[in-house]
Amino acid sequence: MANIKIPESKIEELRGICKKFNNDSGELINVLHSAQVLFGYLPAEVQELIAEELNVSVAHVYGVVTFYSFFSMLPKGRHPISICMGTACYVRGAEKVLEEFKRLLKVKVGETTDDGKFSLSCLRCVGACGLAPVVTIGERVYGRVAAEDVKKILGEY
Amino acid sequence: MAKFKNHILVCAGTGCRASQCEEIVENLKLALEQNGLNKEVQVVRTGCFGFCEKGPVVKMVPDNTFYVQVTPDDANELVLEHLIKGRKVNRLLYVNPETKEVVSDSKHMGFYKKQIRIALRNCGFINPENIDEYIARDGYSALGKVLVEKTPEEAIKIIKDSGLRGRGGGGFPTGLKWELTLKSKSEQKYVVCNADEGDPGAFMDRSILEGDPHSVLEAMAICGYCIGADTGLVYIRAEYPLAIQRLKIAIEQAREYGLLGKDIFGTGFNFDVEIRYGAGAFVCGEETALIHSMEGLRGEPTVKPPFPSVRGYKEKPTNVNNVETFANIPPIILKGGEWFSSIGTEKSKGTKVFALAGKVNNVGLIEVPMGTTLREVIFDIGGGIKGGKKFKAVQTGGPSGGCLTERHLDIPIDYDNLIASGSMMGSGGMIVMDEDDCMVSMAKFYLEFTVEESCGKCAPCRIGNKRLHEMLEKITLGKALEGDLIKLRNLANVIKDTSLCGLGQTSPNPVLSTMDNFNDEYQAHVKDGKCPAGQCKALMHYIIDSHLCVGCTLCSRVCPVDAISGERKTPHAIDTSVCIKCGACMEKCKFGAISVQ
Repeated sequence: MANIKIPESKIEELRGICKKFNNDSGELINVLHSAQVLFGYLPAEVQELIAEELNVSVAHVYGVVTFYSFFSMLPKGRHPISICMGTACYVRGAEKVLEEFKRLLKVKVGETTDDGKFSLSCLRCVGACGLAPVVTIGERVYGRVAAEDVKKILGEY
Repeated sequence: MAKFKNHILVCAGTGCRASQCEEIVENLKLALEQNGLNKEVQVVRTGCFGFCEKGPVVKMVPDNTFYVQVTPDDANELVLEHLIKGRKVNRLLYVNPETKEVVSDSKHMGFYKKQIRIALRNCGFINPENIDEYIARDGYSALGKVLVEKTPEEAIKIIKDSGLRGRGGGGFPTGLKWELTLKSKSEQKYVVCNADEGDPGAFMDRSILEGDPHSVLEAMAICGYCIGADTGLVYIRAEYPLAIQRLKIAIEQAREYGLLGKDIFGTGFNFDVEIRYGAGAFVCGEETALIHSMEGLRGEPTVKPPFPSVRGYKEKPTNVNNVETFANIPPIILKGGEWFSSIGTEKSKGTKVFALAGKVNNVGLIEVPMGTTLREVIFDIGGGIKGGKKFKAVQTGGPSGGCLTERHLDIPIDYDNLIASGSMMGSGGMIVMDEDDCMVSMAKFYLEFTVEESCGKCAPCRIGNKRLHEMLEKITLGKALEGDLIKLRNLANVIKDTSLCGLGQTSPNPVLSTMDNFNDEYQAHVKDGKCPAGQCKALMHYIIDSHLCVGCTLCSRVCPVDAISGERKTPHAIDTSVCIKCGACMEKCKFGAISVQ
């Protein structure tokens, strides 16, 4: 596993999170949610520490992290881009929009640009189907996006 | 409590929030203050009105004027014209696209006329962050009635009489489920609310939690009393931050009012609710997988029996119901089982909420009595197909459902009819498709989803769906042989028969239903190498009609890969070896000179 040093202060914070959930292995998913908020992602070191604190194997933690799509082991870009690929967005042309993002950013889905500015991912339905196709960048939601708009949207960042 | 003469209801559901409804609220408040009306008029953020197509929606009460596509800049005019001068702002009213008539009261809109709102009774009506507004609409009186007047058995009988069936998709009778859990002997039992709405294109549960969270909490407490549980757990998707926030507020308020916690209504009944977060796994909608996920494990399903009603969360008897099912409970308790069972069809009672989306004019959230036809939903409520195109199919039941066609339009919607037609109710997603949608690609799209979401525990689902997806890929690339269609159907049937849980057992449905209903389209891909809908890129190419092209150069300028060449004012041509088939040129051409073949 890659060696990323977690700063001492954050280690304490992570221990604190585990403690808040009574170091209960049944709360693993809640712990992981909080840890991901703290670190932005879940690198191996974080998983090892959580395993130790909750008294379960690292394999068990890793198994849970990789099972759920919400958890990521890679850092996201400063502006995470998500393209909604729910059915409603799909039939209204989300695929073309995704292709355009991929072409302009030169990354695949799940990757981050070299400068760490953008990361690209797909998600299933944000529930704003009236605005399909929908793209979210950080907290901002873009509705009725067409492939031509992509360049302009990226230009805002 | 302060009394207000008028209320301005602003939809604050996720869809409308994405279109700046917060700014609208701020600007409205500012305009009211500037005009000295802030003591007389109250601005209320409500849950979803359902009419997402024309959001953000603003409704004036008491005169029920319904404004659509409001922007923050319109706030001042709404206050000055509507409230002060008493004149409606015509440009923001809904216009019936067929008759061009202006409709100011939502009651007269085609979208709302055929709807009956039971589960959504408070959505778009009350402020979901204020428990008093819920109580003012008979909130928590069903809980009071059950606790004070009924035994658990009597209350369960009301639910059984109502004929309510699980709204998460399975359609299992709710009253029976409660009775089974009641009969399981145990010191500790649990009530679980399944809010892991994973169907892409479905947002019923989210809207209920965002618009009326107390109705779910009240129903969970009623369920707790009926089955003998003192703890409720809501398993909700982490992707629904607004619903989570409103649910948390609702739980806090209910505790403050003593409607959750110890000794509720002085009857000695204890009940409290906690939230558990999902983490993005579709299979967790399946109740055994959901329970494992709540226990901090991978969300893999296990074989039933034992059913959760016997052994569920932490090995204790657990009753799992979906959000919409719970939202139906309080009105049933208050109005009686007979009232509820008078609505709907013989075997499916009450109403169903659908998230209507896709190529339909009025995208939104609707609630109709069981037995309403697909035609009524798509054409009367949905306002027909976008852009005057031709209706082709409607997909119900999400990745587990199927595509229905023109000839199914007049079937009354209920659990059994949908299954008989090769689809299913599912949780209520309804995606409309038009003539431009390729059914093979649609089936492939759903398989992509299933392959990604398969938990990998059983081989038919893990390997079979992958192979199924590859075969569909081959068809859309024009590389399939005739025998492949037979193999496709055989494999689909094997997966259906041998998978462990509901996900695998239903995942081939999109393939089988499109093969049944759109066989000619599959044949066209395989035999003629053509995609009739013009969507499969490998099977088409763009050409410029030299008689129609005037050489305006617009297409060559928009082409991202410089595949179009030609001198100014002379016909252009596309180099098909370079063309990436993005279609940008065709969209830009003003002379209709570019077509797909």
